Amino acid sequence: MATQPQDIQELMRRREYSAGFITSIESETIAPGLSEDVVRMISARKQEPEWLLDFRLKAYRRWLKMEQPKWAHVHYPQIDYQAISYYSQPKSHKDGPKSLDEVDPKLLETYKKLGIPLKEQEMLAGVAMDVVFDSVSVATTFRKKLGEAGVIFCSISEAVREYPELVRKYMGSVVPFGDNFYAALNSAVFTDGSFVFIPKGVRCPMELSTYFRINERNTGQFERTLIVAEEGAYVSYLEGCTAPQRDENQLHAAVVELVALDDAQIKYSTVQNWYPGDEEGRGGIYNFVTKRADCRGRRSKVSWTQVETGSAITWKYPSCILRGDDSVGEFYSVALTHHRQQADTGTKMIHVGKNTRSTIVSKGISAGHGQQSYRGLVRVLESAENARNHTQCDSLLIGDQCGAHTFPYTEVRNPSARLEHEATTSKIAEDQLYYCRARGISEEEAVSMIVNGFCKEVFKELPMEFAVEAGKLLAVSLEGSVG
Amino acid sequence: MLEVKGLHARVEGKDILKGLDLTVRAGEVHAIMGPNGSGKSTTAHVLAGREGYEVTAGSVLFDGKNLLELEPEKRACEGIFLGFQYPVEIPGVSNLTLLKAALNARRKYRGQPEIEATDFLAWVRDRAKLVKIDPKMLSRGVNEGFSGGEKKRNEILQMLILEPRLMILDETDSGLDIDALKIVADGINALRSPERATILVTHYQRLLDYVQPDYVHVLAGGRMVRSGGPELARELEEKGYGWLEAA
Repeated sequence: MATQPQDIQELMRRREYSAGFITSIESETIAPGLSEDVVRMISARKQEPEWLLDFRLKAYRRWLKMEQPKWAHVHYPQIDYQAISYYSQPKSHKDGPKSLDEVDPKLLETYKKLGIPLKEQEMLAGVAMDVVFDSVSVATTFRKKLGEAGVIFCSISEAVREYPELVRKYMGSVVPFGDNFYAALNSAVFTDGSFVFIPKGVRCPMELSTYFRINERNTGQFERTLIVAEEGAYVSYLEGCTAPQRDENQLHAAVVELVALDDAQIKYSTVQNWYPGDEEGRGGIYNFVTKRADCRGRRSKVSWTQVETGSAITWKYPSCILRGDDSVGEFYSVALTHHRQQADTGTKMIHVGKNTRSTIVSKGISAGHGQQSYRGLVRVLESAENARNHTQCDSLLIGDQCGAHTFPYTEVRNPSARLEHEATTSKIAEDQLYYCRARGISEEEAVSMIVNGFCKEVFKELPMEFAVEAGKLLAVSLEGSVG
Repeated sequence: MLEVKGLHARVEGKDILKGLDLTVRAGEVHAIMGPNGSGKSTTAHVLAGREGYEVTAGSVLFDGKNLLELEPEKRACEGIFLGFQYPVEIPGVSNLTLLKAALNARRKYRGQPEIEATDFLAWVRDRAKLVKIDPKMLSRGVNEGFSGGEKKRNEILQMLILEPRLMILDETDSGLDIDALKIVADGINALRSPERATILVTHYQRLLDYVQPDYVHVLAGGRMVRSGGPELARELEEKGYGWLEAA
């Protein structure tokens, strides 16, 4: 009658990871292991200034004294941090490409397989992209057009060389080097990432986008992204992530810092499709990410939108510190766990300034043996007169072996605060699927239609072209989730 | 068009259909009546292919094809439409999304390209008028927050849009006021043609006042116990089913 668990399990095996190819490019990867020497070596290779080496070393020393956090609702074996290589770069790119024409054709082929033909993207889509392949930023398109608007969009390594004063001013100002275990690790060994600077009064003329890819075996990816929007500036930024299919787990520990000054707006969207592991839970990316926005200015606004379908384990809480009066923080999330995937994700909204507002919309989908937790904190400080928060967490279960958990935390120190929390849990019912099938729609298409309907509120926050992509990604990720 | 022979079916371990026979030719309208629990809805779901409705014996041919080995969605693409007694709500999925997916599934099945968005909307608006459904309702979730009558009209709208060859309507008339009943009947009659056939599963004579059947069957204890013309329905209305079951 109803879909039987054994059928579900049988059918789930069919799923394939379409981004699971490996690109054979000669790479230079340093031996596994982490020590002060490794930190110094990374810094030296990147010809970094003294202050940055200090930053790394302080972070490394702090990290040594820290413990891996255990509070998240995820389970995995102890990570051997000495078995990971902390630096890898494609050999032919030692000096870095000057333009797209200098990029290794094989790399470009990889991006084509990922569905992001850079050349085409450059010409047709009007999306400026930075691509981070293992540890090194490979190509940044649209440099010129952005330059005319005064927008800086480049790899973080380049920013350190070209705009050291800006990087020094803001890096670590939102996520301090010792913030948490993974942020400290990242601060010590980060290899590349993106840097975006939108000067006062400028509306960035196009969507900015970065694609991250882990290719080498046994490497970790530790990228660092820093976005600064000055007074009245606006930027919409999207990151996408994939990794090849490998049996062993790989670590990804990124740090993203956003700074919004008076009246500035930053829209940050993520489509994360790291390799999730196979149906038995072998392999997959450990995605331990610290993302935080500092709404420093009055009336500033930051929106986080994330679609998380990949990774074996996801541990991330894109947060907003609403420091400026009348500042606004938003978090829209779709997270999907299938097979043995585990996700513990949510947000933190810290209300500091007066009349600060935050909105949280979280949609969790669990299929197979997927385990998913929403963890969110809304903190209203004494100073935050008239703070408002609205939180909505919805969970959708597919099959009866998966789980959904909600951990909302609130701390209110100002009595004028108004907080609302709504939560629902639902299942895709057998009669819904039958109804669709009786109309001629296949079961998989029906599931994907229902799931897309469930996620609509979040998808409408994504830039148009990516909303479609996100819908397709969900459909692929759910293949074989019902019997 | 449809040939059902000696059909036995079981639901949740219980034998419901026990040797059902039914022959429906193109252009005909058949009414299946009968007391509660006689197997009327089961017949409808077995024809549509609902999971858990296990056929233990007998055969069903649709245009000569063995219907029983087809998935529900394939049956729909072959031209069978089941109007649900209890239409299902699908929150977040708009009626338009469902209709477009259903229409395109059929087109794909027949090797036709997907329908143009503008053609689709024009077609849906045109059909919505027939059942007096406000086009605004089409952007809402499938049956989400619809009244009982709206749900039934929505079933008929889907049918008008998908233009099936065999329409099976499972108690579409129940719970409707007289105005809604007329609208539903108009929708069914609009699709009546020499190429199509209809099976009306109903408790009451009143729908048959608006949709004139060619044949009326009485289902009791999982078998057809009586078949006749429209006059049989009137007889049932007067006498009830008791005299048949006793026979």
